[in-house]
Amino acid sequence: MMAKHFFGDTNVLLGRSLRHIARSPDTIITTAIMPIAMMLMFVYVFGGAIDTGSDSYVQYMLPGILLITVASGISYTAFRLFLDMKGGIFERFQSMPIARSSVLWAHVLTSLVANLISLVVVLLVALLMGFRTNAGVAEWLAVAGILFLFTLALTWLAVIPGLTAKSVDGASAFSYPLIFLPFLSSAFVPTNTMPGPVRAFAEHQPVTSIVNTIRGLFTQQPIGTDIWIALAWCVGILIVAYIFATITYRRRIS
Amino acid sequence: MTTRTAAGPAIRVQGLEKSYKTLQVLRGVDFEVARGSIFALLGSNGAGKTTAVKILSTLLKADAGTVTVNGFDVATQGGDVRESISLTGQFAAVDEILSGRENLVLVARLRHLKNPGRIADDLLDRFSLTDAAARKVSTYSGGMRRRLDIAMSLVGNPPVIFLDEPTTGLDPQGRIEVWQAVKELADQGTTVLLTTQYLDEAEQLADRIAILHEGRIIVNGTLAELKKLLPPAEVEYVEKQPTLEDVFLALVGDKR
Repeated sequence: MMAKHFFGDTNVLLGRSLRHIARSPDTIITTAIMPIAMMLMFVYVFGGAIDTGSDSYVQYMLPGILLITVASGISYTAFRLFLDMKGGIFERFQSMPIARSSVLWAHVLTSLVANLISLVVVLLVALLMGFRTNAGVAEWLAVAGILFLFTLALTWLAVIPGLTAKSVDGASAFSYPLIFLPFLSSAFVPTNTMPGPVRAFAEHQPVTSIVNTIRGLFTQQPIGTDIWIALAWCVGILIVAYIFATITYRRRIS
Repeated sequence: MTTRTAAGPAIRVQGLEKSYKTLQVLRGVDFEVARGSIFALLGSNGAGKTTAVKILSTLLKADAGTVTVNGFDVATQGGDVRESISLTGQFAAVDEILSGRENLVLVARLRHLKNPGRIADDLLDRFSLTDAAARKVSTYSGGMRRRLDIAMSLVGNPPVIFLDEPTTGLDPQGRIEVWQAVKELADQGTTVLLTTQYLDEAEQLADRIAILHEGRIIVNGTLAELKKLLPPAEVEYVEKQPTLEDVFLALVGDKR
Protein backbone atom coordinates (compact mmCIF):
# COMPACT_ATOMS: atom_id res chain seq x y z
CA MET A 1 0.00 0.00 0.00
CA MET A 2 1.44 3.31 -1.15
CA ALA A 3 4.86 1.64 -1.18
CA LYS A 4 6.03 3.87 -3.99
CA HIS A 5 5.94 6.85 -1.65
CA PHE A 6 7.62 5.16 1.30
CA PHE A 7 11.10 6.62 0.83
CA GLY A 8 9.89 10.07 -0.20
CA ASP A 9 7.44 10.31 2.70
CA THR A 10 9.95 9.01 5.22
CA ASN A 11 12.43 11.56 3.95
CA VAL A 12 9.97 14.45 4.30
CA LEU A 13 9.01 13.36 7.83
CA LEU A 14 12.64 12.81 8.79
CA GLY A 15 13.36 16.39 7.69
CA ARG A 16 10.56 17.53 9.99
CA SER A 17 11.91 15.67 13.04
CA LEU A 18 15.47 16.80 12.39
CA ARG A 19 14.23 20.37 12.27
CA HIS A 20 12.66 19.76 15.69
CA ILE A 21 16.01 18.65 17.03
CA ALA A 22 17.84 21.56 15.44
CA ARG A 23 15.37 23.94 17.09
CA SER A 24 15.53 22.36 20.51
CA PRO A 25 19.14 21.17 20.75
CA ASP A 26 18.59 20.88 24.51
CA THR A 27 17.29 17.35 23.95
CA ILE A 28 20.68 16.36 22.61
CA ILE A 29 22.58 18.30 25.24
CA THR A 30 20.64 16.73 28.12
CA THR A 31 21.12 13.34 26.52
CA ALA A 32 24.88 13.88 26.54
CA ILE A 33 25.13 15.72 29.87
CA MET A 34 24.16 12.84 32.12
CA PRO A 35 26.73 10.39 30.75
CA ILE A 36 29.36 13.13 30.75
CA ALA A 37 28.61 13.94 34.39
CA MET A 38 28.85 10.24 35.25
CA MET A 39 32.12 10.00 33.41
CA LEU A 40 33.57 12.99 35.30
CA MET A 41 32.36 11.60 38.61
CA PHE A 42 33.62 8.11 38.05
CA VAL A 43 36.99 9.17 36.69
CA TYR A 44 37.78 11.98 39.12
CA VAL A 45 35.90 10.83 42.25
CA PHE A 46 35.48 7.06 42.37
CA GLY A 47 38.02 6.09 39.76
CA GLY A 48 41.02 6.25 42.09
CA ALA A 49 39.43 3.63 44.34
CA ILE A 50 38.51 1.21 41.57
CA ASP A 51 41.15 -1.23 40.53
CA THR A 52 40.47 -2.39 37.00
CA GLY A 53 43.95 -3.47 36.11
CA SER A 54 44.05 -1.04 33.18
CA ASP A 55 46.21 2.06 33.10
CA SER A 56 43.51 4.73 32.89
CA TYR A 57 39.99 4.51 34.21
CA VAL A 58 38.44 6.62 31.45
CA GLN A 59 39.82 4.02 29.07
CA TYR A 60 38.05 1.32 31.02
CA MET A 61 34.64 2.86 31.48
CA LEU A 62 34.06 4.70 28.19
CA PRO A 63 32.22 1.77 26.50
CA GLY A 64 29.69 1.65 29.36
CA ILE A 65 29.26 5.42 29.21
CA LEU A 66 28.53 5.21 25.49
CA LEU A 67 25.78 2.65 26.15
CA ILE A 68 24.30 4.88 28.87
CA THR A 69 24.30 7.73 26.35
CA VAL A 70 22.21 5.67 23.96
CA ALA A 71 19.89 4.46 26.73
CA SER A 72 19.17 8.02 27.80
CA GLY A 73 18.95 9.21 24.18
CA ILE A 74 16.18 6.82 23.23
CA SER A 75 13.93 8.12 25.98
CA TYR A 76 13.61 11.20 23.76
CA THR A 77 12.62 8.95 20.88
CA ALA A 78 9.70 7.70 22.95
CA PHE A 79 9.01 11.27 24.06
CA ARG A 80 8.89 12.68 20.51
CA LEU A 81 6.67 9.85 19.32
CA PHE A 82 4.38 10.33 22.32
CA LEU A 83 3.99 14.04 21.56
CA ASP A 84 2.99 13.28 17.97
CA MET A 85 0.45 10.71 19.15
CA LYS A 86 -0.96 13.07 21.76
CA GLY A 87 -1.35 16.07 19.46
CA GLY A 88 -3.52 15.76 16.41
CA ILE A 89 -0.63 15.65 13.98
CA PHE A 90 -0.35 11.86 14.09
CA GLU A 91 -3.98 11.46 13.06
CA ARG A 92 -3.50 14.02 10.34
CA PHE A 93 -0.63 12.02 8.90
CA GLN A 94 -2.60 8.78 9.17
CA SER A 95 -5.56 10.28 7.32
CA MET A 96 -3.34 11.45 4.46
CA PRO A 97 -2.39 9.51 1.34
CA ILE A 98 1.08 8.62 2.61
CA ALA A 99 2.89 5.38 3.30
CA ARG A 100 1.66 4.87 6.86
CA SER A 101 4.78 3.15 8.13
CA SER A 102 6.91 6.13 7.12
CA VAL A 103 5.63 8.01 10.19
CA LEU A 104 7.33 5.43 12.40
CA TRP A 105 10.47 5.07 10.30
CA ALA A 106 11.04 8.82 10.35
CA HIS A 107 11.12 8.69 14.15
CA VAL A 108 13.47 5.72 14.10
CA LEU A 109 15.92 7.44 11.73
CA THR A 110 15.72 10.64 13.78
CA SER A 111 16.63 8.63 16.84
CA LEU A 112 19.70 7.24 15.07
CA VAL A 113 20.84 10.72 14.03
CA ALA A 114 20.22 12.26 17.49
CA ASN A 115 22.07 9.43 19.24
CA LEU A 116 24.96 9.67 16.82
CA ILE A 117 25.39 13.34 17.67
CA SER A 118 25.25 12.66 21.43
CA LEU A 119 27.75 9.82 21.09
CA VAL A 120 30.18 12.06 19.23
CA VAL A 121 29.83 14.76 21.93
CA VAL A 122 30.51 12.22 24.71
CA LEU A 123 33.45 10.80 22.78
CA LEU A 124 34.98 14.26 22.36
CA VAL A 125 34.72 14.92 26.09
CA ALA A 126 36.35 11.53 26.75
CA LEU A 127 39.22 12.52 24.46
CA LEU A 128 39.65 15.73 26.47
CA MET A 129 39.73 13.62 29.63
CA GLY A 130 42.59 11.58 28.31
CA PHE A 131 40.91 8.73 26.45
CA ARG A 132 43.31 7.39 23.83
CA THR A 133 43.07 4.43 21.49
CA ASN A 134 45.24 2.87 18.83
CA ALA A 135 42.18 1.42 17.15
CA GLY A 136 42.44 1.45 13.37
CA VAL A 137 39.74 2.05 10.79
CA ALA A 138 38.48 -1.52 10.98
CA GLU A 139 38.14 -1.40 14.78
CA TRP A 140 36.39 1.97 14.67
CA LEU A 141 33.99 0.65 12.05
CA ALA A 142 33.28 -2.36 14.24
CA VAL A 143 32.62 -0.08 17.26
CA ALA A 144 30.35 2.11 15.12
CA GLY A 145 28.53 -0.95 13.80
CA ILE A 146 27.83 -2.34 17.26
CA LEU A 147 26.70 1.02 18.60
CA PHE A 148 24.47 1.39 15.53
CA LEU A 149 22.85 -1.99 16.13
CA PHE A 150 22.47 -1.28 19.84
CA THR A 151 20.86 2.10 19.13
CA LEU A 152 18.56 0.63 16.50
CA ALA A 153 17.47 -2.18 18.86
CA LEU A 154 16.78 0.21 21.76
CA THR A 155 15.06 2.66 19.41
CA TRP A 156 12.51 0.06 18.36
CA LEU A 157 12.11 -0.80 22.02
CA ALA A 158 11.43 2.90 22.71
CA VAL A 159 8.76 2.97 20.00
CA ILE A 160 6.54 0.71 22.12
CA PRO A 161 6.16 3.08 25.13
CA GLY A 162 6.08 6.00 22.68
CA LEU A 163 2.96 4.51 21.10
CA THR A 164 1.26 3.20 24.23
CA ALA A 165 2.15 5.61 27.05
CA LYS A 166 -0.65 7.52 28.73
CA SER A 167 1.58 10.35 29.97
CA VAL A 168 4.88 12.02 29.18
CA ASP A 169 6.44 10.48 32.27
CA GLY A 170 5.33 7.03 31.22
CA ALA A 171 6.81 7.54 27.78
CA SER A 172 10.30 8.29 29.03
CA ALA A 173 10.47 6.38 32.34
CA PHE A 174 11.00 3.04 30.63
CA SER A 175 14.58 4.03 29.88
CA TYR A 176 15.61 4.28 33.56
CA PRO A 177 16.23 0.55 33.98
CA LEU A 178 18.16 0.58 30.72
CA ILE A 179 20.36 3.40 32.00
CA PHE A 180 20.91 1.41 35.19
CA LEU A 181 21.80 -1.84 33.46
CA PRO A 182 25.47 -0.94 32.77
CA PHE A 183 26.06 -0.61 36.54
CA LEU A 184 25.28 -4.31 36.88
CA SER A 185 27.80 -5.24 34.22
CA SER A 186 31.49 -5.12 33.48
CA ALA A 187 31.12 -1.44 32.47
CA PHE A 188 32.51 0.15 35.65
CA VAL A 189 34.11 -2.64 37.69
CA PRO A 190 35.35 -6.08 36.71
CA THR A 191 32.59 -8.64 37.30
CA ASN A 192 34.87 -10.94 39.31
CA THR A 193 34.68 -8.47 42.23
CA MET A 194 30.91 -8.98 42.54
CA PRO A 195 29.15 -11.46 44.88
CA GLY A 196 27.95 -14.71 43.24
CA PRO A 197 24.34 -14.05 42.13
CA VAL A 198 25.10 -10.48 41.03
CA ARG A 199 28.11 -11.68 39.13
CA ALA A 200 26.06 -14.38 37.44
CA PHE A 201 23.53 -11.77 36.33
CA ALA A 202 26.21 -9.32 35.24
CA GLU A 203 28.03 -11.86 33.14
CA HIS A 204 24.91 -13.01 31.34
CA GLN A 205 23.21 -9.74 30.50
CA PRO A 206 23.67 -8.00 27.14
CA VAL A 207 25.60 -4.96 28.37
CA THR A 208 28.62 -6.95 29.56
CA SER A 209 29.27 -8.62 26.23
CA ILE A 210 28.77 -5.35 24.34
CA VAL A 211 31.03 -3.43 26.75
CA ASN A 212 33.71 -6.12 26.58
CA THR A 213 33.60 -6.11 22.79
CA ILE A 214 33.91 -2.33 22.46
CA ARG A 215 36.62 -2.23 25.13
CA GLY A 216 38.51 -4.98 23.34
CA LEU A 217 38.26 -3.11 20.04
CA PHE A 218 39.51 0.13 21.60
CA THR A 219 42.44 -1.51 23.39
CA GLN A 220 43.11 -4.02 20.62
CA GLN A 221 42.83 -6.93 22.99
CA PRO A 222 41.56 -10.27 21.74
CA ILE A 223 37.74 -10.20 21.88
CA GLY A 224 36.94 -13.89 21.64
CA THR A 225 33.30 -14.90 21.63
CA ASP A 226 32.08 -11.67 23.22
CA ILE A 227 31.47 -10.03 19.87
CA TRP A 228 29.17 -12.85 18.74
CA ILE A 229 27.26 -12.80 22.01
CA ALA A 230 26.99 -9.02 21.74
CA LEU A 231 25.73 -9.22 18.16
CA ALA A 232 23.26 -11.95 19.08
CA TRP A 233 21.85 -9.81 21.90
CA CYS A 234 21.55 -6.72 19.71
CA VAL A 235 19.92 -8.55 16.81
CA GLY A 236 17.69 -10.53 19.17
CA ILE A 237 16.44 -7.44 20.98
CA LEU A 238 16.04 -5.67 17.64
CA ILE A 239 13.88 -8.42 16.14
CA VAL A 240 11.66 -8.85 19.20
CA ALA A 241 11.28 -5.09 19.72
CA TYR A 242 10.55 -4.54 16.02
CA ILE A 243 7.84 -7.19 15.99
CA PHE A 244 6.15 -5.87 19.12
CA ALA A 245 6.46 -2.26 17.96
CA THR A 246 4.92 -3.11 14.59
CA ILE A 247 2.05 -5.00 16.19
CA THR A 248 1.44 -2.08 18.57
CA TYR A 249 1.53 0.36 15.66
CA ARG A 250 -0.92 -1.67 13.58
CA ARG A 251 -3.25 -1.76 16.53
CA ARG A 252 -3.01 2.00 16.94
CA ILE A 253 -3.76 2.82 13.30
CA SER A 254 -6.59 0.42 12.62
CA MET B 1 -2.94 15.81 -8.00
CA THR B 2 -5.70 13.95 -9.72
CA THR B 3 -8.39 12.50 -7.60
CA ARG B 4 -10.65 9.96 -9.16
CA THR B 5 -14.24 10.78 -8.47
CA ALA B 6 -17.26 8.57 -8.67
CA ALA B 7 -20.84 9.63 -9.14
CA GLY B 8 -23.34 9.68 -6.28
CA PRO B 9 -23.22 11.40 -2.92
CA ALA B 10 -19.89 12.48 -1.46
CA ILE B 11 -20.48 10.43 1.66
CA ARG B 12 -22.82 7.51 2.19
CA VAL B 13 -23.11 5.81 5.56
CA GLN B 14 -25.34 2.77 6.03
CA GLY B 15 -25.92 0.78 9.19
CA LEU B 16 -22.69 1.93 10.80
CA GLU B 17 -21.94 0.28 14.14
CA LYS B 18 -18.99 0.58 16.45
CA SER B 19 -18.38 -0.54 20.02
CA TYR B 20 -15.45 -0.10 22.35
CA LYS B 21 -15.42 -3.29 24.36
CA THR B 22 -18.92 -3.35 25.86
CA LEU B 23 -19.71 0.30 25.17
CA GLN B 24 -21.87 0.66 22.07
CA VAL B 25 -20.97 4.03 20.58
CA LEU B 26 -22.67 3.80 17.18
CA ARG B 27 -25.78 1.65 16.90
CA GLY B 28 -26.70 1.77 13.25
CA VAL B 29 -26.03 5.18 11.77
CA ASP B 30 -27.31 6.11 8.29
CA PHE B 31 -26.86 9.34 6.40
CA GLU B 32 -25.80 10.78 3.08
CA VAL B 33 -23.99 13.98 2.26
CA ALA B 34 -24.56 15.57 -1.13
CA ARG B 35 -21.56 16.83 -3.07
CA GLY B 36 -20.61 20.41 -2.39
CA SER B 37 -22.80 20.75 0.69
CA ILE B 38 -22.06 21.39 4.34
CA PHE B 39 -23.42 18.69 6.59
CA ALA B 40 -23.42 19.11 10.35
CA LEU B 41 -23.41 16.19 12.71
CA LEU B 42 -24.81 17.61 15.89
CA GLY B 43 -24.59 15.92 19.24
CA SER B 44 -23.58 16.29 22.85
CA ASN B 45 -20.25 15.08 24.19
CA GLY B 46 -19.90 11.35 23.90
CA ALA B 47 -22.65 11.02 21.30
CA GLY B 48 -20.20 9.28 18.93
CA LYS B 49 -19.43 12.14 16.56
CA THR B 50 -15.67 11.75 16.73
CA THR B 51 -15.92 7.99 16.38
CA ALA B 52 -17.98 8.43 13.21
CA VAL B 53 -15.48 10.90 11.76
CA LYS B 54 -12.59 8.59 12.58
CA ILE B 55 -14.26 5.73 10.75
CA LEU B 56 -15.03 7.96 7.76
CA SER B 57 -11.40 9.08 7.61
CA THR B 58 -10.04 5.48 7.86
CA LEU B 59 -8.52 5.96 11.31
CA LEU B 60 -10.84 3.41 12.87
CA LYS B 61 -12.49 0.26 11.55
CA ALA B 62 -16.24 -0.13 11.78
CA ASP B 63 -17.78 -3.21 13.38
CA ALA B 64 -20.64 -3.29 10.90
CA GLY B 65 -22.17 -1.26 8.10
CA THR B 66 -20.81 0.26 4.93
CA VAL B 67 -19.27 3.65 4.43
CA THR B 68 -18.27 5.17 1.12
CA VAL B 69 -16.46 8.47 0.77
CA ASN B 70 -16.15 10.00 -2.69
CA GLY B 71 -17.39 6.67 -4.00
CA PHE B 72 -14.68 4.61 -2.28
CA ASP B 73 -15.29 2.05 0.44
CA VAL B 74 -13.43 3.00 3.63
CA ALA B 75 -12.89 -0.64 4.55
CA THR B 76 -11.41 -1.85 1.27
CA GLN B 77 -10.20 1.26 -0.55
CA GLY B 78 -8.55 3.15 2.31
CA GLY B 79 -5.83 4.56 0.11
CA ASP B 80 -8.32 6.06 -2.36
CA VAL B 81 -10.38 7.45 0.50
CA ARG B 82 -7.30 9.14 1.96
CA GLU B 83 -6.55 10.67 -1.45
CA SER B 84 -10.05 12.15 -1.43
CA ILE B 85 -10.27 13.57 2.08
CA SER B 86 -8.71 15.77 4.64
CA LEU B 87 -9.26 15.59 8.36
CA THR B 88 -9.12 18.44 10.80
CA GLY B 89 -9.38 16.69 14.11
CA GLN B 90 -10.64 17.87 17.44
CA PHE B 91 -7.23 19.10 18.51
CA ALA B 92 -5.42 21.42 16.13
CA ALA B 93 -3.16 19.07 14.16
CA VAL B 94 -0.35 21.51 13.64
CA ASP B 95 3.34 21.18 14.32
CA GLU B 96 4.12 23.67 17.08
CA ILE B 97 7.84 23.78 16.46
CA LEU B 98 7.61 24.50 12.76
CA SER B 99 6.49 27.82 11.32
CA GLY B 100 3.09 28.22 9.70
CA ARG B 101 4.60 28.11 6.25
CA GLU B 102 6.69 25.04 7.05
CA ASN B 103 3.56 23.26 8.25
CA LEU B 104 1.84 23.89 4.94
CA VAL B 105 4.90 22.91 2.91
CA LEU B 106 5.16 19.70 4.95
CA VAL B 107 1.59 18.71 4.12
CA ALA B 108 2.01 19.67 0.45
CA ARG B 109 5.11 17.49 0.18
CA LEU B 110 3.35 14.60 1.91
CA ARG B 111 0.55 14.94 -0.61
CA HIS B 112 3.21 14.68 -3.30
CA LEU B 113 2.31 18.00 -4.90
CA LYS B 114 4.49 20.09 -7.15
CA ASN B 115 5.43 23.57 -6.00
CA PRO B 116 4.79 23.09 -2.26
CA GLY B 117 6.15 26.58 -1.57
CA ARG B 118 3.65 28.31 -3.84
CA ILE B 119 0.74 26.27 -2.49
CA ALA B 120 1.78 27.28 1.03
CA ASP B 121 2.02 30.96 0.13
CA ASP B 122 -1.39 30.93 -1.55
CA LEU B 123 -3.05 29.37 1.47
CA LEU B 124 -1.27 31.70 3.91
CA ASP B 125 -2.65 34.57 1.92
CA ARG B 126 -6.15 33.11 1.77
CA PHE B 127 -6.25 32.59 5.52
CA SER B 128 -4.65 35.95 6.38
CA LEU B 129 -1.60 34.27 7.87
CA THR B 130 1.04 35.78 5.60
CA ASP B 131 2.37 38.10 8.32
CA ALA B 132 2.76 35.19 10.73
CA ALA B 133 4.07 32.78 8.10
CA ALA B 134 7.64 32.63 9.39
CA ARG B 135 6.71 32.50 13.07
CA LYS B 136 6.69 29.31 15.07
CA VAL B 137 3.14 28.00 15.46
CA SER B 138 3.61 27.85 19.25
CA THR B 139 3.32 31.67 19.21
CA TYR B 140 -0.04 31.63 17.37
CA SER B 141 -3.38 32.41 18.98
CA GLY B 142 -6.07 29.75 19.14
CA GLY B 143 -7.93 31.19 16.15
CA MET B 144 -4.77 31.46 14.04
CA ARG B 145 -3.86 27.90 14.92
CA ARG B 146 -7.27 26.64 13.86
CA ARG B 147 -7.08 28.64 10.64
CA LEU B 148 -3.70 27.15 9.87
CA ASP B 149 -5.11 23.74 10.73
CA ILE B 150 -7.93 24.20 8.23
CA ALA B 151 -5.53 25.64 5.65
CA MET B 152 -3.44 22.48 6.02
CA SER B 153 -6.54 20.44 5.29
CA LEU B 154 -7.07 22.33 2.05
CA VAL B 155 -3.65 21.57 0.62
CA GLY B 156 -4.23 19.68 -2.60
CA ASN B 157 -7.94 20.60 -2.69
CA PRO B 158 -9.37 17.30 -1.50
CA PRO B 159 -13.06 17.04 -2.50
CA VAL B 160 -14.23 16.03 0.98
CA ILE B 161 -13.24 17.67 4.25
CA PHE B 162 -13.99 16.51 7.79
CA LEU B 163 -13.96 19.07 10.54
CA ASP B 164 -14.31 17.58 13.99
CA GLU B 165 -15.54 20.26 16.40
CA PRO B 166 -13.61 22.99 14.59
CA THR B 167 -14.48 25.78 17.01
CA THR B 168 -14.30 24.03 20.38
CA GLY B 169 -12.12 26.07 22.69
CA LEU B 170 -12.01 29.15 20.49
CA ASP B 171 -12.98 32.65 21.56
CA PRO B 172 -15.88 34.33 19.69
CA GLN B 173 -13.56 36.04 17.23
CA GLY B 174 -11.75 32.82 16.46
CA ARG B 175 -15.08 31.13 15.96
CA ILE B 176 -16.20 33.69 13.40
CA GLU B 177 -12.88 33.36 11.57
CA VAL B 178 -13.35 29.63 11.30
CA TRP B 179 -16.97 29.96 10.16
CA GLN B 180 -15.83 32.32 7.44
CA ALA B 181 -13.25 29.80 6.28
CA VAL B 182 -15.77 26.96 6.20
CA LYS B 183 -18.27 29.01 4.18
CA GLU B 184 -15.62 29.86 1.63
CA LEU B 185 -14.80 26.19 1.30
CA ALA B 186 -18.34 25.22 0.47
CA ASP B 187 -18.57 28.09 -2.01
CA GLN B 188 -15.75 26.44 -3.92
CA GLY B 189 -17.58 23.15 -4.17
CA THR B 190 -15.85 21.23 -1.40
CA THR B 191 -18.04 18.85 0.58
CA VAL B 192 -17.75 19.55 4.29
CA LEU B 193 -18.81 17.27 7.10
CA LEU B 194 -18.51 19.02 10.40
CA THR B 195 -19.31 17.87 13.87
CA THR B 196 -20.30 20.29 16.55
CA GLN B 197 -21.98 20.53 19.90
CA TYR B 198 -22.94 24.17 19.30
CA LEU B 199 -26.40 24.55 17.89
CA ASP B 200 -25.78 28.02 16.49
CA GLU B 201 -22.77 26.72 14.59
CA ALA B 202 -24.86 24.14 12.79
CA GLU B 203 -27.52 26.77 12.19
CA GLN B 204 -24.97 29.22 10.73
CA LEU B 205 -23.13 26.85 8.47
CA ALA B 206 -24.93 23.72 7.53
CA ASP B 207 -27.14 22.93 4.55
CA ARG B 208 -28.31 19.83 6.36
CA ILE B 209 -28.18 18.91 9.99
CA ALA B 210 -28.32 15.47 11.55
CA ILE B 211 -28.63 14.98 15.28
CA LEU B 212 -26.67 12.06 16.63
CA HIS B 213 -27.98 10.87 19.95
CA GLU B 214 -27.02 7.72 21.83
CA GLY B 215 -25.45 6.20 18.76
CA ARG B 216 -28.31 6.86 16.33
CA ILE B 217 -29.34 9.65 13.99
CA ILE B 218 -32.63 10.82 15.47
CA VAL B 219 -33.37 13.55 12.94
CA ASN B 220 -31.85 14.58 9.64
CA GLY B 221 -32.95 17.53 7.54
CA THR B 222 -32.50 21.15 6.59
CA LEU B 223 -32.77 23.80 9.25
CA ALA B 224 -36.25 24.70 7.97
CA GLU B 225 -37.34 21.07 8.15
CA LEU B 226 -36.01 20.71 11.67
CA LYS B 227 -37.83 23.85 12.74
CA LYS B 228 -41.09 22.42 11.42
CA LEU B 229 -40.76 19.56 13.87
CA LEU B 230 -41.80 21.97 16.57
CA PRO B 231 -45.26 23.54 16.78
CA PRO B 232 -45.53 26.77 14.78
CA ALA B 233 -43.97 29.78 16.43
CA GLU B 234 -46.19 32.16 18.29
CA VAL B 235 -45.65 35.80 17.55
CA GLU B 236 -44.49 37.72 20.59
CA TYR B 237 -43.05 41.17 20.87
CA VAL B 238 -39.84 41.22 22.84
CA GLU B 239 -37.33 44.02 23.16
CA LYS B 240 -34.19 42.92 21.31
CA GLN B 241 -31.38 42.90 23.83
CA PRO B 242 -27.83 42.65 22.52
CA THR B 243 -26.24 39.35 23.43
CA LEU B 244 -23.01 39.39 25.36
CA GLU B 245 -21.34 38.25 22.16
CA ASP B 246 -22.64 41.32 20.31
CA VAL B 247 -21.34 43.52 23.11
CA PHE B 248 -17.97 41.80 23.17
CA LEU B 249 -17.48 42.03 19.43
CA ALA B 250 -18.62 45.66 19.33
CA LEU B 251 -16.20 46.59 22.11
CA VAL B 252 -13.16 44.86 20.66
CA GLY B 253 -14.01 46.44 17.33
CA ASP B 254 -14.03 43.38 15.17
CA LYS B 255 -15.51 44.27 11.83
CA ARG B 256 -16.02 40.81 10.47
